[in-house]
Amino acid sequence: MAKKSFYHFLGCIIPHRYPSIESAAKLVFKDLGVGLLDMEGASCCPAPGVFGSFDRVTWATIAARNLTIAEAGGHPITTGCNGCFASLWDANHEMKHDDELRDAVNENLAEIDREFKGSIEVWHYVDALYSQIGLEKIREHITRPLKGVRMALHPGCHWMRPKQIKKKDDSERPHIFRDICETSGAEYVPYKDELICCGAGGAVRTADVKLALEFTKQKFDSLLEAGGADIIVTPCPFCELQLDMGQVEIQKHFEAEYHFDVLHVMELLALSFGHEPEEFGLATHLQYMQRKNQPNWERLGIEAKT
Amino acid sequence: MYFSMNSTTSLLSVLILTSTEEKSAIIIDTPDDSFVQMIKKTGGPNIQNCYQCGTCSGSCPAGARTNYLVRGIIRKALLGLKEQCISSPELWYCTTCYTCTDRCPQDVMPTDVIKAIRNVAVAEGYMLVPHQKTALKVLEAGHAVPLDSENWQNLREKVGLERVPPNASRYPEAIEEIRKIAKKTGFDKLIEEKEEKEE
Ligand code: SF4
Ligand code: SF4
Repeated sequence: MAKKSFYHFLGCIIPHRYPSIESAAKLVFKDLGVGLLDMEGASCCPAPGVFGSFDRVTWATIAARNLTIAEAGGHPITTGCNGCFASLWDANHEMKHDDELRDAVNENLAEIDREFKGSIEVWHYVDALYSQIGLEKIREHITRPLKGVRMALHPGCHWMRPKQIKKKDDSERPHIFRDICETSGAEYVPYKDELICCGAGGAVRTADVKLALEFTKQKFDSLLEAGGADIIVTPCPFCELQLDMGQVEIQKHFEAEYHFDVLHVMELLALSFGHEPEEFGLATHLQYMQRKNQPNWERLGIEAKT
Repeated sequence: MYFSMNSTTSLLSVLILTSTEEKSAIIIDTPDDSFVQMIKKTGGPNIQNCYQCGTCSGSCPAGARTNYLVRGIIRKALLGLKEQCISSPELWYCTTCYTCTDRCPQDVMPTDVIKAIRNVAVAEGYMLVPHQKTALKVLEAGHAVPLDSENWQNLREKVGLERVPPNASRYPEAIEEIRKIAKKTGFDKLIEEKEEKEE
């Protein structure tokens, strides 16, 4: 059987601000025997809350251009960003169901000699791991179970919402992201505001960072009320930026100081697959660069070579 | 009195928020349907399903901390109060978390309605400067968050990756294609116009 491969859609935040996620994803997919193919010349997805709010047809056309890169090679796309997933998945879905939009998009794409065909699927990493690779296969690779690490989750919004359209998970009682994270051996810690938005989306972070941080702060306080956690895991780099860098920004805007290590699910898996944090650069998260400190290795139960 | 108040402060705030002495009431004789039609065409097809139950606002994390009221905006839109909707700064407080969409009993898809109203707002020249700058970045670099400094390339190298990823940051022809798309859809003009207005 030919090796399963995905086109790897990087987006903006992963490759340009949190490259440790890109690096970790490459390690994890390689371990799982799944190919990641470069999507040469892929652009911004473009950001769904931003471009989708400005001009739907332009948003769909730029997203469709990205989709055509994968269509040409005939492999599905996978991405590790809730926002990129939202743009690519939604645009793909909407153009498959709305002929008027599809025609408008293709008229625009004709300008650059491209055509949206609707021949491929888009998967979030979470989705690819759960339904295309399977929990059993992931468990086979856990060589360093993160025993005793208390793990809070931030699933974020756009990979499972809107639920009626995406049909991925029950967004009110989701279990898929948790199931994947629990394979790492870390202990799941529930908190009341687990499912609220990080605050960054919908062009809000761009417009009013303080307002966006209020959402984040609410989540942190809710987590502390529940007894706190050693790490927060998310499937999205924009949420990761908001929760990670957000701690530095919250300190500036509010009189509050938090110290949470925030990991992308791929970083969590890379660690529990036995990779060392410096193999993918866990310590390069912007929080640590700004605060000139390091992940709390002791809480993570990992001895880092620094 | 139809209701009792616990404190004078809250009574006062109710008065300020509702008093026609502060702000004259909007006269709604015959609702103007054209705005609703515009919204339906731009991605909010179910807006007319709304029966004003308030589930959306009750679920809304943006509404919990600001004066953003998604139910209110939908009602205003249904009454044809276009200018009220598109000029309100709160329109941009929605993080598009889709909680309201997942809970609305009438399948209104409020998030998409808000995005559609934002589309109309932008088409009529209401665009915040930071948003316009983000849009410009995509036309300039192919990415809303570009690889715009040596530091970011160093960061990539540090984690064991090639300095420039194989996306539009590496391929100028990709950026050229994005520009052509923006020119074709008129999106480049939307951003330019705003620039002139700001000056
Ligand atoms: S939840 Fe739906 S029906 Fe209820 S007010 Fe909001 S949009 Fe209208
Ligand atoms: S999508 Fe927007 S309006 Fe709906 S609940 Fe989230 S922030 Fe509120």
